[in-house]
Amino acid sequence: MDLPDAAPVSGRIRPARTRAVLAPRPASNAARPRLPLGGRPSGTAKERAIEAVLALCSTLSILTTVGIVGVLLFETVAFFRTVPLWDFLTDTEWTPLFPDKHFGIIVLASATFLTSAIALLVALPTGLLTAIFLSELASERLRRTVKPILELLAGIPTVVYGYFALLFVTPLLQHFLPWMSGLNGLSAGLVMGIMILPLVASLSEDALYSVPQGLRDAAYALGASRVQCAVRVVVPAAFSGIVASFILAVSRAVGETMVVAIAAGQTPQLTLSPFVPIETMTAFIVQVSLGDTPTGTLEYRTIFTVGTTLFCLTLVLNLASQALVRRFRQRYD
Amino acid sequence: MKSFAHLTREHAAWLARRRRRDAVFVVAAALATSIGLLVLAALVIDVIHDGAGRLSWAFLTSFPSRRPAQAGILSALVGSCWLLVLTALIAFPIGVATAVYLEEYDTTETWFRRLIEVNIANLAGVPSIIYGLLGLGIFVRVLEPITGGRSVLAGALTMALLVMPIVIIAAREALKAVPDGLRQAGYALGATRWQVVSRIVLPSAVSGILTGTILALARAVGETAPLVTMGALTYVAFLPELSLEGLRAPFTVLPIQIFNWISRPQPEFHQNAAAGTIVLLALLLAMNALAIVLRLRLQRQRES
Repeated sequence: MDLPDAAPVSGRIRPARTRAVLAPRPASNAARPRLPLGGRPSGTAKERAIEAVLALCSTLSILTTVGIVGVLLFETVAFFRTVPLWDFLTDTEWTPLFPDKHFGIIVLASATFLTSAIALLVALPTGLLTAIFLSELASERLRRTVKPILELLAGIPTVVYGYFALLFVTPLLQHFLPWMSGLNGLSAGLVMGIMILPLVASLSEDALYSVPQGLRDAAYALGASRVQCAVRVVVPAAFSGIVASFILAVSRAVGETMVVAIAAGQTPQLTLSPFVPIETMTAFIVQVSLGDTPTGTLEYRTIFTVGTTLFCLTLVLNLASQALVRRFRQRYD
Repeated sequence: MKSFAHLTREHAAWLARRRRRDAVFVVAAALATSIGLLVLAALVIDVIHDGAGRLSWAFLTSFPSRRPAQAGILSALVGSCWLLVLTALIAFPIGVATAVYLEEYDTTETWFRRLIEVNIANLAGVPSIIYGLLGLGIFVRVLEPITGGRSVLAGALTMALLVMPIVIIAAREALKAVPDGLRQAGYALGATRWQVVSRIVLPSAVSGILTGTILALARAVGETAPLVTMGALTYVAFLPELSLEGLRAPFTVLPIQIFNWISRPQPEFHQNAAAGTIVLLALLLAMNALAIVLRLRLQRQRES
């Protein structure tokens, strides 16, 4: 009895990759086993002085964090002495630069949410598909060509993306939606999505790649095709790594500044329409910074309070992403 | 035999369906991959198309002006170079020292090491505009007697803190790649720890460290938001002196000049922005090329 096409060995065995060439793998957290002793007892005064200087340098990173938190808190506390926290969270108007001042952060937050959501709608599916294509489907040669080009995309300054959004994407979209405003959340969000895409693609690809080859072999042995193996075995196995890359993308989108400051406008309004000018949290900080705001005024404190909001938001996202990556590593290392 | 025939037929049909579905997925994935490449091409072509006509020697050597046809990027270009050199001078030694301490000295799992590691990982994820607020609060306001306010020194300090996590992470990778046998050989010859680090480990890790540093500096050159936030000027019609006093002078950089031109309504200024972008991208491309050359040299070293 011959079954036509009965043995679908469509999953090619993947060639061994010289991966470190393209992107250095993230280092494992575990300390490398080392010599128990640093050679000759390094007890001389010079040796100890050098070690102290090096240790001092490494505390600078902690000082940076202390500095960021200190500066933000100092001005934020001063801000909330004037403006009640309740108003800050519930007011639906944002007019700190007008005589009749309102401080409803929700106005800026909604704009940040809108542009980030559009960006993620572009970056997450495209980035994940790119990662699957490069890691599981493409030939080694194609992968070696495409990956550096994507890295190039990640290296383009954000102000250039802003230019592209305002003077290329918006006119292009207005061709189809003539009533759309020249400054809008849509083109800012779309371009931001393209900007974040390399981040999602590269981190997800790392996660897919570190799935043990044994799982793929097992899937092929059960008769899975290449695509089935990728979608039903490798992607679920790399799930927490992929989610970690998604969360990092959210954090990037929320903190992104120049694209939205240039292409989305500086008109704070509470709306989820992607076709009108809006102002995100980051764009507000830029707007105030461009004017000469004297120290100690309420306007000056506003940007630090908005900064604090932004900092807390991205910190939570980053910590969540790191926790997921750690869990993922423990499973496979 | 006959009873299996329908099974075979069903199986063949199922396989055909699967093949079609697989093909659709592969095409979708390939399309997704090409989106990034297409946008990159569109961006580069758009910028060159808009700006190439404005590029000239006069554009590179003129100060900004209210008349778009006479405006140039001299002060921005010089400011970017200043910022680049100063940032490198601050971030490189401190970043490498931190990496050396974490990789060569404090190699056990102490709480101090753990704290610094978590801290660096989090700093790498802080939005760049927050560093601008840090620079504004500390380097521009508190340390004004030293930095002179919104000066190139304050900007470089801010940028150095911004790229420090990248430098540290890259330098640690480079140090990790140095084989332990080299260190042991050094110790066997009676070298002290610092002698091993300075004469054996650092020289063999130097191309890796430089590659990472150059990429980090490329990021600093392209950053706009933190410098705008800490209040770098958008209109500078002079060059800073080459002296300590010059460090305290106001400055502007290429991305800020580009941002300024984009924000104006006249299309002539947009043309200037595109031309400035070409110069900026060329600068970044040159830095990336340098990093690639170093990386290749490093590979050859490892292979031999």
